[in-house]
Amino acid sequence: MKLLNVTAGAVIAATGFCSAAFATTDLTMWYHGAGNKVESKIVNQIIDDFNKSQSDYKVALQSFPQNSYNDSVTAAALAGNLPDILDMDGPIMPNWTWSGYLQPLPIPEDHFKDFLPGTKGVYDGKLYSIGLWDAAVALYARKSTMKELGLRTPTLDKPWTKDEFMSALEAAKKSGKFDYAIDLGMSDKGEWYPYAFLPFLQSFGGGLVNRETYDTAEGVLNGDAAIAWGNWWQSLFADKLAPGTSQDPAAHETGFIDGKYAFSWNGNWNAVKTMDKVDDVEFLPAPDFGNGSKIGGASWQFGISASSTAPEGAAEFIKFATQDKYLAEFSDALGLIPATKSAAQMTKNYKTGGPLAVFYGLSEAQAEKRPVTPGYVVDSKVFQKAAADIADGADVIDTLDSATDQINADIKRNDGYKKN
Amino acid sequence: MSVIGSDNRNLRLGVRYLVLILIALIFVLPLLFMVMSSFKPSDELLRDTSSLRAFLPVGQLSLDNYTGAFERAPVGLFVFNSIFVTGTTVLLSLVICSLAGFSFVFLQWRGRDVMLSIILATFIVPFETIAIPLLLEVSKLPWLGLDGLSWGWLDSYRVQIIPWIADGLTIFLFVQYFKGLPGELIEAARVEGASWFQIYRRVVIPLSGPVIATAAILKFLIMYNQYLWPLIVVQQEQYRPVMVGLQYFFQLNPAWGEIMAYLTLITVPVLAFYLVLQKAFIASIASTGVKG
Repeated sequence: MKLLNVTAGAVIAATGFCSAAFATTDLTMWYHGAGNKVESKIVNQIIDDFNKSQSDYKVALQSFPQNSYNDSVTAAALAGNLPDILDMDGPIMPNWTWSGYLQPLPIPEDHFKDFLPGTKGVYDGKLYSIGLWDAAVALYARKSTMKELGLRTPTLDKPWTKDEFMSALEAAKKSGKFDYAIDLGMSDKGEWYPYAFLPFLQSFGGGLVNRETYDTAEGVLNGDAAIAWGNWWQSLFADKLAPGTSQDPAAHETGFIDGKYAFSWNGNWNAVKTMDKVDDVEFLPAPDFGNGSKIGGASWQFGISASSTAPEGAAEFIKFATQDKYLAEFSDALGLIPATKSAAQMTKNYKTGGPLAVFYGLSEAQAEKRPVTPGYVVDSKVFQKAAADIADGADVIDTLDSATDQINADIKRNDGYKKN
Repeated sequence: MSVIGSDNRNLRLGVRYLVLILIALIFVLPLLFMVMSSFKPSDELLRDTSSLRAFLPVGQLSLDNYTGAFERAPVGLFVFNSIFVTGTTVLLSLVICSLAGFSFVFLQWRGRDVMLSIILATFIVPFETIAIPLLLEVSKLPWLGLDGLSWGWLDSYRVQIIPWIADGLTIFLFVQYFKGLPGELIEAARVEGASWFQIYRRVVIPLSGPVIATAAILKFLIMYNQYLWPLIVVQQEQYRPVMVGLQYFFQLNPAWGEIMAYLTLITVPVLAFYLVLQKAFIASIASTGVKG
């Protein structure tokens, strides 16, 4: 009887030990790529690979449409229903961190030392998110147009100056061959405005908010440099060099390809499509308006929710997903800029001499993040309106003063967005 | 003289028809554009927007957009979800709101007028203002299902149905209609010894076809077009309705052709539902007009 008890005890203990040893922790993950067949396929592949590679954690994916993703996350946070792993657009990370949605990645930052700066979501000195890719904007042009107009081809080392850029636009206009000299994508309202146009303001020497203190926009968004930017910006539309805010979205989609616009200020995500249809397209760096050539940085990144009970498992997944082979796979499939140089060499477009290699250089050399502050979600909207109003002919100084007041009021209303 | 009169009448008739045709075109052309565009490649579709070709079946026509739409999103699942949620809500709403309307019109109970005023006052509260409090509420509500007691209604059909069953507008429609029914019928039924529920079921409801059709169509449209509420309470794809599904097609480069194909597909149930109920709906509008 005693032997039986001992044996039974041993069996129970062993069963308990085994189940503990082989217990799998379920991790939930949210991703913004619902509806994107290619992206979904790769994300699912990464998750499958991760789940097969070990038995401690099992990741389950839930995909959301990109347009409504932020609303879904915010609602879930309110309802206490966030997943373990979630992805986010880079500029919103500080707000979600400040709102208590995220926790710092339990991964040493050194692990990502080779990653492009735009892919690292650092706030308050801590790494909260990491991206598998970055995005970049360039000036699309045709080699034939450049030659015909007698223009120098700008390089990363020697970009066009403001005068050269404006001469190029004037030359295109005078040629009479184009509806407009440049398509800036004004029909694409939303985050495109600060992402694509804020770098112009920064290159003039202005900005959206004081980046040292993040407590005011005074003197930055309405200072002399910003006013100079506003006057220049308005002149593009007043002089009919670029279609304004009433631009037909259809014209923006196909205008450069159809030859209606000589230049297009466009993202790398449209590069492959354009190369397929325009044989001699080339991608030029942003002009230097006095304070260096600048473009926007930071795209979608992975983070861990504050409510995750298994952050170490989530971190394991993020480390797994950020391997070069997956960065390269994403890049080849979607035309995105891989986060590391070594991954870039594994891609067809971004390897040395590849057709889009220039974008890697642009991202590495020129990318500047949008203001890393929780208030950016408001600042972004304010800038969108100000840029549109100025383009529509509003008084530059009044508009920038008003935008500055709105941003300052928001900062004050939120008690300076003090860190929690 | 009579010839001139006849000419004038014909002219007036002609002008009237011309105006009616123009008004009809305003409503028909967007639908025509949607259907025609659903057969065209995206780039051709965008080019055609600047001409009348946009409304014509010309160019490279194919079913590729429909194939693409089904590959991009689980269209069938989204349509099923919407029809299930909408159908269930409409049915329950008709029962609950008509019962409420009946009690407001025919039954005498304390606080009736105050309660009706409160319900009517909900008209002026936009849903957006209560969306977040309602979200917090439903995320903590208990539910007794086959798996036992659970907490929180998120990610389910019930969270999309139950909060929408009763609403002020539908109750108001029933109240207004019931007030117009002949009181003698109700009194006669009472004299015959019918219970209130029998009167509701055997006398009032059989006479209420037009208002039932109107309420059903209005509720159907509201429910079928739901976007904000399912967006915030449903995180799992298996419960998403068609309007949230539409967002699947808006990528960095929107798939316009597939969007038109998807819109065409999801419009079919709405048109079918309207066609089934249109006679009763028009009768309801007409009777409202006569009363007015």
